[in-house]
Amino acid sequence: MRLYTICVYLFLYIPIGVIALFSFNSGRHASQLMGFSTKWYGKALNNPFVMEALETSLIVALVSATCAAVFGTMAAVALQGIKGPVRTVFDGLIYVAVMIPGIVIGIATLIGLVTLFDQLNPLIAAIWPEGFKPPKLHMGMGSLIAAHTMFLMALVVIIVRARLAGMDRALTEASSDLYASPFGTFRQVTLPLIFPAILAGFLLSFTFSFDDFIIAFFVAGSETTLPIYVFSSIRRGVTPEINAIGTMVLTVSLIALIAAQILMRRGGKETK
Amino acid sequence: MTQRTRNWLLLAPAGTWFLVMLIVPLTVVLIFSFGERAPAGGVVPAFTFEQYANLPARWAAFKNTMTLAPVGTLAALLIAYPLAYFLAVRADPKWKTILLVLVIVPFWTSILIRSYAWIFLLGGRGIPALLGWFGLEGIRLINTPFSVLIGIIYGYLPLMVFPIFVNLDRLDKRLLEASSDLGAKPWRTFMQITLPLSIPGIATGCMLVFILLMGEYLIPALLGGGKVFFVGNALVDLFLQSRNWAFGSAVAVTLVVIMLITVTIYMRLINRLGASREDVSIM
Repeated sequence: MRLYTICVYLFLYIPIGVIALFSFNSGRHASQLMGFSTKWYGKALNNPFVMEALETSLIVALVSATCAAVFGTMAAVALQGIKGPVRTVFDGLIYVAVMIPGIVIGIATLIGLVTLFDQLNPLIAAIWPEGFKPPKLHMGMGSLIAAHTMFLMALVVIIVRARLAGMDRALTEASSDLYASPFGTFRQVTLPLIFPAILAGFLLSFTFSFDDFIIAFFVAGSETTLPIYVFSSIRRGVTPEINAIGTMVLTVSLIALIAAQILMRRGGKETK
Repeated sequence: MTQRTRNWLLLAPAGTWFLVMLIVPLTVVLIFSFGERAPAGGVVPAFTFEQYANLPARWAAFKNTMTLAPVGTLAALLIAYPLAYFLAVRADPKWKTILLVLVIVPFWTSILIRSYAWIFLLGGRGIPALLGWFGLEGIRLINTPFSVLIGIIYGYLPLMVFPIFVNLDRLDKRLLEASSDLGAKPWRTFMQITLPLSIPGIATGCMLVFILLMGEYLIPALLGGGKVFFVGNALVDLFLQSRNWAFGSAVAVTLVVIMLITVTIYMRLINRLGASREDVSIM
């Protein structure tokens, strides 16, 4: 039994470990383990395409995780005090957002937005003042951020709601009995208690957006995110540079995940 | 400002966002699936079932998905169950949390990089090259159903372990003690107590993995080398290469409908099993 467990852990971590190991290998292939070298990192970090893709990915992840954390928390707080059809509809929306496969979300966003833009662009051109070039709506960073935010909002609502449900109601009641305004209660009682959950939701959202390939593949237009860059490089052939990029991507996710885990656990203990 | 208005204002951004980025796009897909292909690549509005009648053209993708998704789910279950059992029942409580976190963490890291790791390992210069030193020449691992299956198990194992662990962890351990006190052998205790009681966890894990697998694109694209392709790969081809949006929409709608049917059947099954579980606990 114990041996079996060790084997499964080896299965889970050997491939990741091999990538990390070979990213520091000066040889080119898995069968050529040579000396220690950081040259592939240097090569990756000096590649302008990699840096540009990294920048796009970071901006998209930061903006969409922030929007998702803010709007998702707002919705979660409101849903706490609502019953009836509105709540049922929202529960349904969240369920659909989480259950529909990423590839279908990507496709739907692509054709939905392209159709919408095709309708809007002539309108904008018509009302734009003569002599100025009218802006043209197109798929790109904006559509990618919007698509990610939609999915991540559902995730944040789920996480924050679980925290709100575990919160002691007596605290908010006591606060309003002591004549705190609803906003005062929220700022001084609710927010500090749910803040770890919001931060955890933000970090999970950030990792998801940073790692997402399939939605970005459809929605990013001419922009290249880091996963899209890695995917097309793999298609061209395996190079040690990908090992270095892969190791860096895994490290970013791991740091965010560990932080999220710590926050969720610490948050869980305080209310008990 | 009343509480009602405040709640509406708080819900407004998320609600609008869901409407514009989820409901409207999904409706467009549904409408397009009944449309006709325009010469330029767009869709001519129409009401025809032509696209659905054309579905057999992508039969291979559906067949692959509907074979490899259940097989992958089952393989993941067989590997995950003993691990979940060990973590929930046997592991030292001191190490339990950290061991569980170590299983879940890979799931939240990039599936692209994790699948790439297997290209690196299974590709011609990875494990096959190592086997070559031992005289086993010419073994092909990458771009086979086997490599896709490995990728699937590797990618979705954490998602299978978690619900089963939660279920087994909540299981009343006194039942197991009672069983052994009454002279049952460990194997019999497992078959008659532990396994039946963990069926809800198994069902949840299988459903989660199966649903995600049905929409999978990356694993077959990277590890199947164009020979093993899923519905997801057909969708990428239809939308990004051949630009047949009407037919692509019909394929996407069909995929979602198959998923919904599967989920409904699963839910029914779980409810029935849940009822029988009540009987066990009463006994």
